[in-house]
Amino acid sequence: MIERSYEKFFRQNRLPHLWCPGCGNGIVMKAIVQAIEKKGWTQDNTVIVSGIGCSSRASGYMDFDTLHTAHGRAIPFATGIKLANPALNVVVITGDGDCTAIGGNHFIHGCRRNIDLNVILFNNNIYGMTGGQASPTTPLGKKATTAPYGSIDPPFDACNLAIAAGATFVARSTAFHVQHLVNMISNSFDNNGFSFVEALVQCPTSFGRKNKFPTPASMMQWFKDNAAMKPTEGKFTIGVLHSDTAVSYNDAYYDLISRTCC
Amino acid sequence: MKSEFTLKLDRCKGCGICVNFCPKKVLELDTLGKVVVARPEDCIACGQCELRCPDYAIFVDKIKEANLGARD
Repeated sequence: MIERSYEKFFRQNRLPHLWCPGCGNGIVMKAIVQAIEKKGWTQDNTVIVSGIGCSSRASGYMDFDTLHTAHGRAIPFATGIKLANPALNVVVITGDGDCTAIGGNHFIHGCRRNIDLNVILFNNNIYGMTGGQASPTTPLGKKATTAPYGSIDPPFDACNLAIAAGATFVARSTAFHVQHLVNMISNSFDNNGFSFVEALVQCPTSFGRKNKFPTPASMMQWFKDNAAMKPTEGKFTIGVLHSDTAVSYNDAYYDLISRTCC
Repeated sequence: MKSEFTLKLDRCKGCGICVNFCPKKVLELDTLGKVVVARPEDCIACGQCELRCPDYAIFVDKIKEANLGARD
């Protein structure tokens, strides 16, 4: 076998990972390291920051300088790293509960400031780690342990939230469209400003079991059947949803320092 | 056989994603729930299984004709 070049970015002694059989997080984690490799970043100039949740366990398996931070606070930690050393490439790994619930405020203000971070949201539509409670992205009518008759809370669309808050690159992909996902993540790395990629992942244990997806593959098949590259009635759109140019916070900050410090 | 399989079975959790998305139905799960290559001669080395394996347990390499040894 030809050794796969992305394997050097994994902490081999930590594998196999602890995610459930069929969990999509592993697919997205591989997509991130492949995008990093494609971009030519190294283990010395890349920092992975994650919050709390199933998705955020990914930082423990990735052989970079990694930071596993407080719940919802990955973006503030990443902001500190980026401002202290702008030469570093900072990737934030976060989940739907971490990013849009407890960390929602940090998320919208990160977007507003347009800090040069790359935020990858693993959206499994549920709080997987704590036993399947409904999250802010659980679709209407879908069941969870805290919504046994179906959720009545209208969900957040995290991509629209990011666009409205001022992020300069917003894209969406799924765990089924792996090569598309790698392209979206590597495109987000090119953007000088706040980049946000929502990766839809399957959670067979907490979400699928309650919502008539008997196997992990059936959830991936659903992604395949219901994703569209162009806006289509009854389907969700994947691809680059928003791309803009604005002054990044880093540039403004160091410009201010150069103008005001003697 | 045009393809070479490498299975890292200590990583395989038997989720069945590779079995389901194989266009040629080459793969199966054994009685212990781990992946087995049931029909290797049907493999077209498309790599769909490797692409979507969430546990990095299956790898498929194409074998060039020259490396297959002497053939008439």
